[in-house]
Amino acid sequence: MLQLEKQKKGKNDLLRLIGEVDASNSLILDQAIQELIQAGISTLLIDGNKLTYISSAGLGVFMSYLEEFKEKGIRMVIFGLNEQVIEVFKILGLDKLIPLVKDQAEAEAHCHEE
Amino acid sequence: MKNKLHLNCQTSALSELRTFLHVTLSEVQLNDIERHQVTLAVEEVCANLIIHSHSCNPKERIELEILKNRKGVIFEITDQGEAFNLLDYDAPELKQVVEEKRKGGLGIILVKKIMDEIEFESKNGKNICRLIKNFPA
Repeated sequence: MLQLEKQKKGKNDLLRLIGEVDASNSLILDQAIQELIQAGISTLLIDGNKLTYISSAGLGVFMSYLEEFKEKGIRMVIFGLNEQVIEVFKILGLDKLIPLVKDQAEAEAHCHEE
Repeated sequence: MKNKLHLNCQTSALSELRTFLHVTLSEVQLNDIERHQVTLAVEEVCANLIIHSHSCNPKERIELEILKNRKGVIFEITDQGEAFNLLDYDAPELKQVVEEKRKGGLGIILVKKIMDEIEFESKNGKNICRLIKNFPA
């Protein structure tokens, strides 16, 4: 089960992932990110505090937007991931491509430092 | 230990698979992080079969059997679809995945990095993929 919540706070758009992302529901995540891009976001904070599991289907969604984010100058930071999920990002080396930080405050600071 | 599971070939069966692995692996000498990773690797192989070899046809099934010996745990995944031999596929470079905006390929990297041994066998229309995870020394 995956539930998504969107929240706008000033310049930051927050997407909260609740539950598990796998091949049965990664499309929902894909659509949510696409909608945010279309809405013209500049900063995307992904709240992973309640994300208990993510398979390659979900990781692939993040990966597939990295180039587009770079072209459009969108910053994405993921925060709050538990240790097990972080390890999965690390196995793939995704922690080198996507900033992973501890909490929302750190994520906001990261996005607005020059 | 209940060690056999039949899965219908639909992606909604993946959460059932995780629940089964969660229960079965709780008796195995791996730590939480290893258990999580092993679950992921088994799911990646099953998801591949469900989606690519069986086109998500819920009437078809794959079978998972978990065996344990002194050295480690063996996950035996059997199906009767078009053979998908993981070993024939090179894990792509991460850079390539990003540049080509590919959504696939990551699963294979994960399975190869997480498991200690991968074996594949195909005969009489039956494919067996064996994933082996050794216990920490």
